[in-house]
Amino acid sequence: MTEMSAALADLPAEPVVLAARGIRKSFSGIEVLHGVDFTLRRGEVHGLVGQNGAGKSTLVKIINGAYSQDAGQVEVNGTPLVEGAAGETRRRALAMVYQEFSLIPSMPVGQNILLTCEPIGRSGLIDDGEVRRQAQAALTRIGADIDPDDLVEELPVGSRQLVEIAKAISRDASILILDEPTASLAPAEIRVLTEAIARLTEEGVSIIFISHHLDEVVSICDRVTVLRDGEVTLVTDTRDVTLAGLIEAMLGRSLEGALAYRAHEVDRTGEPLLRVTGLRNGRLRDVSFELRRGEILGIAGLLGSGRSEVMRAIFGIDPLEGGAIEVNGARVAIGGPGDALRAGIALVPEDRVRAGLVREHSVADNIMMASWRRVARGGFVDDGAARRVAAGFVEQLKIRTAGLGQEVKGLSGGNQQKVVVAKNLSATPAVLLLDDPTVGVDVGSRRELLEDVRALAVRGNGVVLVSSEFEELSGLADRVLIMRGGAIHAILDRRAGDDLSNEALSRAVQE
Amino acid sequence: MHELHEMSGGTTAVPHMRRRLHLVSFRLLRGAIVYLGFVAIFVLFSVALRDNGFLTIENQLNILRQTAFVSVMAFGTTFALSAGEIDLSIGQVVALSAMVTAVLLRDTNALIAVPGGMGVGIVIGFANGLLTTRLRVPSFLITLGMAGIIGGLSRWITQLSPVPVLDATYTFAFGSGSVGPFPTLFLWTIAVLLVAHVIYRRTTFGRQLLATGGNRTAAHYSGINTDRIRIASLVICSSTASLAGLLYVGRLHSARYTLGDTDLLTVIAAAVIGGTSMAGGRGSIIGALVGSLVMGVLNNGLILMGLAVTEQMIARGVIIIVAVALSLREAPER
Repeated sequence: MTEMSAALADLPAEPVVLAARGIRKSFSGIEVLHGVDFTLRRGEVHGLVGQNGAGKSTLVKIINGAYSQDAGQVEVNGTPLVEGAAGETRRRALAMVYQEFSLIPSMPVGQNILLTCEPIGRSGLIDDGEVRRQAQAALTRIGADIDPDDLVEELPVGSRQLVEIAKAISRDASILILDEPTASLAPAEIRVLTEAIARLTEEGVSIIFISHHLDEVVSICDRVTVLRDGEVTLVTDTRDVTLAGLIEAMLGRSLEGALAYRAHEVDRTGEPLLRVTGLRNGRLRDVSFELRRGEILGIAGLLGSGRSEVMRAIFGIDPLEGGAIEVNGARVAIGGPGDALRAGIALVPEDRVRAGLVREHSVADNIMMASWRRVARGGFVDDGAARRVAAGFVEQLKIRTAGLGQEVKGLSGGNQQKVVVAKNLSATPAVLLLDDPTVGVDVGSRRELLEDVRALAVRGNGVVLVSSEFEELSGLADRVLIMRGGAIHAILDRRAGDDLSNEALSRAVQE
Repeated sequence: MHELHEMSGGTTAVPHMRRRLHLVSFRLLRGAIVYLGFVAIFVLFSVALRDNGFLTIENQLNILRQTAFVSVMAFGTTFALSAGEIDLSIGQVVALSAMVTAVLLRDTNALIAVPGGMGVGIVIGFANGLLTTRLRVPSFLITLGMAGIIGGLSRWITQLSPVPVLDATYTFAFGSGSVGPFPTLFLWTIAVLLVAHVIYRRTTFGRQLLATGGNRTAAHYSGINTDRIRIASLVICSSTASLAGLLYVGRLHSARYTLGDTDLLTVIAAAVIGGTSMAGGRGSIIGALVGSLVMGVLNNGLILMGLAVTEQMIARGVIIIVAVALSLREAPER
């Protein structure tokens, strides 16, 4: 890619195929994009980076028509995109490539690629040979070695992504938007994807490449646009930028409203509250660490680094192939969440809707889900006691709800997450594991949640906090484990004088 | 930035409130519809079938007697559905339990026959549960297969011939007698209703059952042994089918392999009309009783109207579709 852009530098710039100008967008009165400009040239790979909440996905959704902007204009090949059927036709040039979401797993690759635009033979029926031929052509165009007759569900994730891309280009898309395309790919798969991207750009296809992996952005992309808090902070050729430069543009210098770290007492005497040694399974390689009473241990790493997998292994969701877990110096056998909870370990899972809540059940029923036995005698639930416990948590965590009987699906994301936290606290754990607890949580609730986490540690519990928001770790954690490839890559300790700032953590996970 | 977001909390509160009111009213309506429906049907029949003896005490007691079998099974089915499972073999469990009970009554006595007959349902429910959880096959397939096996067994046990029951104490207690004005079938219904309702509404098991049916992954993450809960729900369901079999034997003074073979749809319809979700996580034992009474009153009315058996079948099918459609309509997705 870099050779190509070097060659291009001597030529006049390629024409602009997509231009977004002065895009503004507000949600419930809050402006999240403050007049963003973005241009994409023919045949370029253009990186789009920024922290979570910087506005990347909002911008992309406006470009592909999922949202409409409040102000500004999107042009494709010089023509403004408009609402309605005419806009739809023009939008066909654009294709958003998700990891696998638009594929039907039980169908063969070829049928997926040509879904809804199947070639019809003279008999009026679908011409299967032609389906296979066209699918094969699309796959060959991106250099993908995939049989159109294979079932999608039998393909590895990387190949599914290539099928998605083939599907998009077979519909004559000339602009592809790849959203975190490498997040769950193995290195070999990333190479194949990179080659596919190179072939497409040579044909004149333009690509918007959204990624948190800045090293990939630098090596794959020709140009990069950095967003921070809804504004463009940097547009540059990737030749002219370093990792550090990108990080600085992403984070800025001042972080208003960031959580300030406050020292609190950590009990360093005697046995640690939690000690894991040599944890090993398909996703983890020899993970060992200790957690002290009163300590907040952060875990930072990119998606797929093993950060969630550690939590799942300790909580008994994923089986271990080796290693030991000790609570207060005593070894505990954890075969499932029930064992973990009995040992005093609770988990606020990454996906609260799927694994945390019964959305159709009331706030009280959800809070009590893990601890009915605590409010029961002889198997009979004392509803009064249950209501008191639930009401206590609603007050303590400031859960904004119409009442204990309200269904949780009517609550905001932040309040739903507080219910999940309350559910786990009601089991009175000594160790609370939190897996990226503030995803989809508004800033106000987020602060409250994090303060609650801190209070929990101050009361002498142990907390393990996985977060993709590094400022949360800089504001809360006493130590931070940096994970990479299923193993602990580094440990940063505030007491040892290590830098736990947002910037330092961002650098550490990228190294 | 921070203050701005604080404000957003205030502005979004209004649509939230409106949406909530809408949902609450929808839920109330959905909960009440079965009771309103029951009253409406009852009033309609009281007027329309005034001259056919619908309102006589004898006919009302008759409805209660005929409804008992379906009610008892609808209670059990409420447990299975609430856990996210379903038991399609209950009709065949009725027959096999009845046959085993009748044969044991003939060859031994009631003290052996009653536990023997009930044991059929417990064992089959346990087998259904183990196969469902261990093989990770949906319970509707396992129990459908089980229905075939049990259907064969109950035909094989006496080579298709019915077994008469002469034990007067047994037939009195299980379905033919009356205590004061109350038929024993009615008393059985009330007894099972109370026990089921208390287990369903007031025990930790009941709460864990609903959590498992509502979101099995979240229940698992909450430390609930979801396999155990699912097995238990199928044991309970199958056991109520056994009890229904015992009651049929007492009522009819004999057992046949055909007993219960048309009850499955009525039972599931009764549970669903009563407010139990086919998707799990929500249900009502009292609702199942009212659902059963709705089915019973409709059935009775169709007979009093003088419809032929064939016409009754057609009418019943139409009524089940209409009733289930009315009670199953979900709140519109947002």
